[in-house]
Order: sequence, then C-alpha cells, then structure tokens
Amino acid sequence: MAGMLTVFRKEIVDNFYDRRTLFTSLLFGPLFGPLMFALMTGLIINRTIDAADEALELPVVGAEHAPNLVAFLEQNNVELKPAPDDPESVVRDGTHDVVLIIPDDYPQRFRAGEPARLQLVIDQSDSRAAKNTSRARRLLSGYSARLGTMRLQARGVSSMVTQPIMIEDIDVSTPTGRSVLILGMMTYFILFSMLIGGMYLAIDATAGERERGSLEPLLTLPVARHQLILGKIAATCFYMLISLILTVTLFSIVLRFVPLEVLGMNASFSAGSALHTIVVMMPFILVGAGLMTVVASFTHSYKEAQTWLSAILIVPTLPILIAAVQSLKPAFSLMSVPSLSQHLLITEIIKNEAVPISWTLLSIASTTLLGAVLIWLATRLYQREAILG
Amino acid sequence: MIEVENLRKSFGKVAAVRGVSFSAADGKITGLLGPNGAGKSTTLRMLYTVLRPDSGRALVNGHDVVQEPLRVRQSIGVLPHSAGLYPNLTARQNIAYYAELHGLHGAVADQCVAALIERLDIGDYADRRAKGFSHGQRTRVALARSLVHEPRNVLLDEPTSGLDVMATRRLRELIRQLRDDGRCVLLSSHVMQEVAALCDQIVIIGDGKVVATGSPDRIRQQSGYQDLEDAFVHALQSGAS
Repeated sequence: MAGMLTVFRKEIVDNFYDRRTLFTSLLFGPLFGPLMFALMTGLIINRTIDAADEALELPVVGAEHAPNLVAFLEQNNVELKPAPDDPESVVRDGTHDVVLIIPDDYPQRFRAGEPARLQLVIDQSDSRAAKNTSRARRLLSGYSARLGTMRLQARGVSSMVTQPIMIEDIDVSTPTGRSVLILGMMTYFILFSMLIGGMYLAIDATAGERERGSLEPLLTLPVARHQLILGKIAATCFYMLISLILTVTLFSIVLRFVPLEVLGMNASFSAGSALHTIVVMMPFILVGAGLMTVVASFTHSYKEAQTWLSAILIVPTLPILIAAVQSLKPAFSLMSVPSLSQHLLITEIIKNEAVPISWTLLSIASTTLLGAVLIWLATRLYQREAILG
Repeated sequence: MIEVENLRKSFGKVAAVRGVSFSAADGKITGLLGPNGAGKSTTLRMLYTVLRPDSGRALVNGHDVVQEPLRVRQSIGVLPHSAGLYPNLTARQNIAYYAELHGLHGAVADQCVAALIERLDIGDYADRRAKGFSHGQRTRVALARSLVHEPRNVLLDEPTSGLDVMATRRLRELIRQLRDDGRCVLLSSHVMQEVAALCDQIVIIGDGKVVATGSPDRIRQQSGYQDLEDAFVHALQSGAS
C-alpha cells in the first residue's frame, strides 16, 4: 500500500511537470468540450432564427400572369427576384434554391376554373436547398387551399365538405425536452475530455516508462508489481477526475451564456445538477483508466500507444451515438450498460427529470464492475515478463 | 553473496542461457565477460528478478530469486543497461523516489539521499531536471539511486558502455569503493580491458554457457596466453567447439 501511494504521488508530480499532460488534461480537454458546444449551439440557434425571419428569395418567371398570387407571396415574406434567363441552369449551379414559373396559360385556365399549372424548378439532390423549396411549396399549397375555399363559398358550399377529416397535432414535448437533442452532445464532450485528461499519463506510465528504460530498474525494487501499476492507474484516475470537474464546471458557466431560451428551451444546469453529473460520471473514470492502461501495456512505444488509444477512445462513445440514432428512452435495464447509462442519466439530469435512485445505483455498480475487471486485467498484464518489451 | 546453479532461460525457440553456474563473493568484483548476445544481460535479469529462470537456481544472500523475489530485491542494487531516469524530475527527486519505494521516509530519507549526492559527487547538478544530463551524469545518478538502501549486492549491466575516459575512470573508482565496503559487486561487460582492470574474478560466458572462470591470472595460465584478450578469444573458441 505504501509503495502504491509513493508511485501515485510521484506520477502526479512527474506529470505536473510535463507540459503535454498538463495541457491536455487541464486545459485542452476541459476547454474543448464547452467551447465547441457553445459554438455548435450558437450556430444551430442562428440558423433556426434566420430560417424563420429571413425572407425567401424567389425568382418568378411570368409574374405578370398572376398579380394576386404575387401579392400573396409578398405578404408572406417572399422577396421576389427578377426572372432569370435560364431558370434551370441557375438552380443547377446553386445561384437560386428554387424558381417559380407561371406559364402563359395560367390566367386562362384560372378563369376557366381548371387546375392552373405552376412550375417549381428545384434540385432534389441539393439538401441545402431543401428548406427553401419546401417553404415555397408550402406557400403555394396554402394559396391553393385558400382559393379552393373561396370558390366553394362562392357557390354556397361549406368548405367543410372538402375536409372529411381534420388532423390535429398534440405536441407533448416540453420546452426542455426539445433542448435534449442539443444537450445530448454534452455527455459526449464530457466523456471525451475526461478520457483525454488521463490519456498521456496512462501512456507515460506504461509504454513511456518502458521506452525510457525506467521500467526495468523500477521492477527491481522491493515493491509488488500490482502496487506499481495500481499507483499509476490511481494517478491516471486523479487527472481524469480533475479534468471531469473542470469540464462540468465550465459547462455550467458556458450554459449561462448560450441563449438556449431563444429556441424555447428551458435547460437549467444548477450547481446540484453539476454535482449529480460528476457523481454519475465518476465510476466511468475507472473504466477509462483501466482501458487505456490495458491498451498502452500492449504497445511497444509511446507513439504506438498514442495511435492505438486515439482509435480506442472512440469505443466508449459508441453507445452514446447508438442511443442518439435510435433515440433510446431511459429504462432500468439500460442502466447496466456503461457509458450509455451515464449518457441517459445526465440527459435526464439536464431535463430536470426525477431520476430513480435505483437507476443511478445500477449505473454506478455496473460501471464500477467493468472498471474493476479492466484494472484487474491491467495488473495481470503487468505480471508478464513481456512487459519489459 | 550470489550463487548461481545451472541457470537456463529460453525465449521461444531461442535458448539465451543454457546452464550457467558461478558464484560471486562479498568484497569482490565479479565480471561477467562475453560477446554481445552471449546471455550476460539475461543472466543478470534473472538475478534481479525481472525474468524467471526456466530451470536451475539462483540465491542472493541465501534467498531464492524465484521463491522470495521481494527479499532478493531488498538486498540488491541494480544499474540496468539504460539508466532510465525520469526526465521531468531532478536528480534529487529521482533518488528520493527510490528511497521512498525502499520504505525510507522523512528526515531519514532526506539524509540518505543527501549523503549519496555527496558521495557520488552529484552536488553540482542535484537539483536540475534529468532531461539535460550527460550520459555520465545520468549513470552516476542511476547508480546513486540503486544504492539508497545500502544493498549488500550490486548488479551492474555494462556500466561503463558509452562513457568517456574520465567518466569511466570515476565510475571504476566508485565500483572499487563499493567492493572495499565489503559488498558483492557483479558486473557485465563485453570489453576485455575493462574486466581486466576492474575485476577480481572473471566468468567468461559464450553462447549461453560458462566457458571459463577464475582470476585474471588464472585465466591467463589456463589458456597459456599472456595477453588476456587472446585468452578470452581462446576460451570462447574452445568453449564453442
């Protein structure tokens, strides 16, 4: 035990002098997540606001054939543009997202009460333009529906005849519920910066120590090998914990400055939520430290360990991705999956939902168990002769 | 006191050590002499318990390296092939770390570290980071580090390789001091002159086996060559045939 403490203290001090470790665990990791998050949400918020307020630019060919329609469009925040010479080519090259063509026969058919043709020139393969094309289409169908109603009324028929069914959406999403999609990214960033925080120490303590040649004399000391490796893992955990606390703290600060309420969100991240997040995340430190040490123990050099770890670090974030794609709902059984359970729990915490204590406990228990298995594996690997490389 | 009996070690199909026996007495410098790849380092590594022998037996101060590795490690100081200092720590911190791992704490540890810094003449750079040390400085700090617990046995793997003339002379002097303290010093080398200048007893290893043992004089006598290098080559050739 004394040996383990000595190793723990030395690794903390040693890595405190190492600029690379210090930079990634105390600066880059904790700053990267919150700032990236602020930037992304800022962009999303801007786009959403823009889409609602910005006028739709719509070049119209043959505007003179349908003055009423054009007036309707102008009332509905459409900025009419002069007709281009070749509507198809301006859409194809992306100058305009959509062009409206009012054919010459429009007034004649309109007066005759026949369906009057309108043409929208669009490029369906251009996903960026999809928002504007559907907006133009919606406006035109809205105009058509209004005319239809008026015509029926003129003939003394109630417009209800054409509406045998009426569909009403009952939206159950609360304002906070909507913010979850964006805030789901937060778990990912917290997890990532936590792992990065311990990465260099995990490499340095195993592959780095072997490469420097300092492992061999260390193994000739009267300290059991499992104490050496446990001391190193404990130091890795320490740096990950610092990184976690810094990241969550910065998040709670950043969230105050991101105007989430503009999106109708009501995400709050109080000191209590921050603390709860840290507690939920803490067992995962064991998994991360164990995993990184096991991987770094297999590799022959610092560089190799770095390459492997950058790839392996994606693994713990996979369940979060799957959860996002499948939009998994939190459930007791899912709490047994490390990383997924942390993601679901933290999302609930942000939503201010009451989290059953049994969920938190199961998450902590299952994650700690996996962490213990990985750390045990790391100590086993350290008993091998091949550890000297 | 180190006693080795018929030690064997293979890595996969390669037999690195094929039955090595010798003994190294207290108050004597014993040299393991042999060409590169003869099995010197592997033998030392088994003695300082980072490798496990396939068969045979080795005792350090009467403790078996396989049965009681922790007791063995308490009674040995090791200078492996690479010094392996921590570049971010100062010389003093490097030595203090090992003192602490040997169970020394507080004022006792500080005194012990200070005494070693004095004895090995490290004072000038004791509080500088090991990052910028010369090879000679690194070797001295590593040697100081291996002596913090006053071990009865000192094992050195090619201690002077890569050192310049002055550094080599100073290191040899330190090694002789260790012998004069009554310790058992066991070192490996592939340089004939080094072993001849330093050792009281020589164990010549070739191809994983002991091909000759004895004092430098006795080895000269046995082979019939006056020059020790000729004697060394002769011993290796007759051992191989």
